[in-house]
Amino acid sequence: MMSYEIIGISVLWIFLYGYMIVASIDFGAGFFAFYAKYTRQDHVINQLIARYLSPVWEVTNVFFVFFFVGIVGFFPDTAYYYGSALLIPGSIAIILLAIRGSFYAFENYGSKQSMVYTFLYGATGLLIPASLSVALTLSEGGFITEENGVVSLEYLELFTSPLSWSIVALAIVSVLFISAVFLTFYADRAKDYPALNLVRNFALFWSTPTIIAALTTFIFLSQHNPRHYENMLDLWWVFGLSVGFFMIAAWLIYWRRNYGLAFISVMLQYFFAFFGYGIGHYPYILDPFITVYDSATHESMGIALVVAFIGGLLLLIPSLLLLMKLFLFDAEYVKGKK
Amino acid sequence: MEIDTVLISRLLTAMTLGFHIIFATLGVGVPLMISIAEFIGIKKNDPHYKMLARRWARGFVITVAVGVVTGTAIGLQLSLVWPNFMQVAGNVISLPLFMEVFAFFFEAIFIGIYLYTWDRFKNEYIHWLFSLPIIIGGGLSAVFITTVNAFMNTPDGFAVEDGAFTAVNPLAAMLNPATPTKVFHVLSSAYLTCAAILAAITAFMILKKKMTVYYKKALKLTLTLVFIFSVVTIIAGDSSAKFLAEHQPEKLAAAEWHFETEEGADLILFGWLNDAHEVIGEIRIPNFLSFLAYADFNAEVTGLEETPEEYWPPLWVHYMFDLMVTIGFFLPAVALLYFILSKLKKRNQHNKGMLSLIVLMGPLAMLAIEFGWVYAEEGRQPWIIRGYMTVQEAATSSPYIGLAFFLFLALYIVLGTLCIITLRKVFRDNPAEEELEKQYPSVEKDDES
Repeated sequence: MMSYEIIGISVLWIFLYGYMIVASIDFGAGFFAFYAKYTRQDHVINQLIARYLSPVWEVTNVFFVFFFVGIVGFFPDTAYYYGSALLIPGSIAIILLAIRGSFYAFENYGSKQSMVYTFLYGATGLLIPASLSVALTLSEGGFITEENGVVSLEYLELFTSPLSWSIVALAIVSVLFISAVFLTFYADRAKDYPALNLVRNFALFWSTPTIIAALTTFIFLSQHNPRHYENMLDLWWVFGLSVGFFMIAAWLIYWRRNYGLAFISVMLQYFFAFFGYGIGHYPYILDPFITVYDSATHESMGIALVVAFIGGLLLLIPSLLLLMKLFLFDAEYVKGKK
Repeated sequence: MEIDTVLISRLLTAMTLGFHIIFATLGVGVPLMISIAEFIGIKKNDPHYKMLARRWARGFVITVAVGVVTGTAIGLQLSLVWPNFMQVAGNVISLPLFMEVFAFFFEAIFIGIYLYTWDRFKNEYIHWLFSLPIIIGGGLSAVFITTVNAFMNTPDGFAVEDGAFTAVNPLAAMLNPATPTKVFHVLSSAYLTCAAILAAITAFMILKKKMTVYYKKALKLTLTLVFIFSVVTIIAGDSSAKFLAEHQPEKLAAAEWHFETEEGADLILFGWLNDAHEVIGEIRIPNFLSFLAYADFNAEVTGLEETPEEYWPPLWVHYMFDLMVTIGFFLPAVALLYFILSKLKKRNQHNKGMLSLIVLMGPLAMLAIEFGWVYAEEGRQPWIIRGYMTVQEAATSSPYIGLAFFLFLALYIVLGTLCIITLRKVFRDNPAEEELEKQYPSVEKDDES
């Protein structure tokens, strides 16, 4: 019987992974939409992007809310440490998310085509992953201090750390890569060949920096947190699988084959990397203050949360499938005929 | 310095909540109105009602976007601004918070589906069915989050050992004594407010342009809903007062400036206090507070003197309470007046005065929501968890809270302004008459009044 702490952290990690994929598509699409408009190619892909994003952007947002409500619920100490330390970075992330979400609605439902909105939408698409990835950097330890019950964030330490910048870089290039591969798949389904050519080039272009950023992050992590690094080395085969799926994806896209499979490969590439990273981090949630065990909520609450989680999924999975059936796998809708 | 941090934390939270509840209320209530209009439209095969649903939905999606992003802000702010509170209370209230997210998730999925499947199904009822999960999801979000607030007022479902919460019973915490009346009052007033706002918009359009059959139907429908939901809300408010008398007497006593415990307590409307805490210039309804509290004109009502003075809520909550209640009775009165006028043959229920009163209802209803929440929240001061943790102990120790306050102030100003501009643009560029003609060419042109 698995302990509820492990179930809790696994569930949350799966949701964070889910958020990473759906949010990357959204954030990257925002940036590509801006880039296309800036280079006057917007007629090629912006219809396609709007058709996908309009019904789902709110759902993307919920993945994120789910994660942070969940982690505070299962591990209330995280509220104390992360909450105290992240007041400013967290507030900036909220504001960026707020601008992004509402401007999307103002522009797309309000029928106001404005370059300023598109720019803000594109720019926030890159700034949000950067600001959210700060939390991942903090979890490695060394940036948060606690003295006399006051938790503070060492900003100087954070801004001069090569690790934090390499994580930011990795987050941004990953967003662009994941999004481009998804849009390639979506354009192919829509049989929209000019759009396909454009986003396929984006995908090929961003594949190299993704791997470079992953490697540099690995190296800086070995200097910053040897324990985590050692743990990850023990899981070398997981990262090997990740690289393997990356190569499959790149190969498929390069030879213009089966873009659906290419996107699934990218999802698996990140799945293995993300879980390898997470398992290596175990048992710490925030090194060295919070571990999975000493910060967990009461058992009765932990069990109640797991039960609520199962009940919630029974409701959500059919609903999400319906959403995907109507907007992702309905060829007529994707082509813009509905 | 420490007191300043706490004060700014409170102001930041008050500002975020004050801004969010406008959109949250719309998010809970408007889907029900849309769904009712669409159902009548399909049932009667009446294009006017169908158009009503479409146009309300179009405005709704703009406001729901602001609701989503400000709601996300609150979710995170709870941990950022009140880390000590979340560390302690998270053990007891994370279940409803978690369930609220599920409800929100469910709602978000179906909002996407509902908005993008008009005309996609042959059977119109299929599209209408998608409105039900939105109503349920929105309603359940409100229910779950209200249980959290109820817990902060009447904490239950745990024991305390050495300052830490133990023996946690998540369900008992959710179903604490304040939950039933709070949930009832929050839901009914949200539906009432949305009906009032939609009625106000309709009346405003009639005043600005002219009466058409479309607006006439919209006005009659929304005012009917106003009347129904205000009766329900009055019942909910009454049960809330009875709950307070029983479980949180200092809150009711502060609202009514009821200092001494006595039998046959009077109800006090407005007025002000002098330095000796004597009430001046009030309207006094004899024995009515006893009736409000216990349905008995001679019942004993606990006064503020039973609570140590350092735990008194601020006494200005009296005005919040009075304003909320006054508006609560104003709304059904206007609706009733409209229906009486429409029954009288010689009177025109669409005269300027009547329409202006209806326009006034919208902003007043929203103000009543704000007043009610300010009363509910300030009436619990100085506690964040009544009897267990004060706001002082719960706030962040971060020195940057002032910066955060101004960042968010700027954000809400921008969001509020752009939301209004966008809404105006959506409806101004696309008048109802033109859209009706485009969507339903068969509808007869009729603009008699």
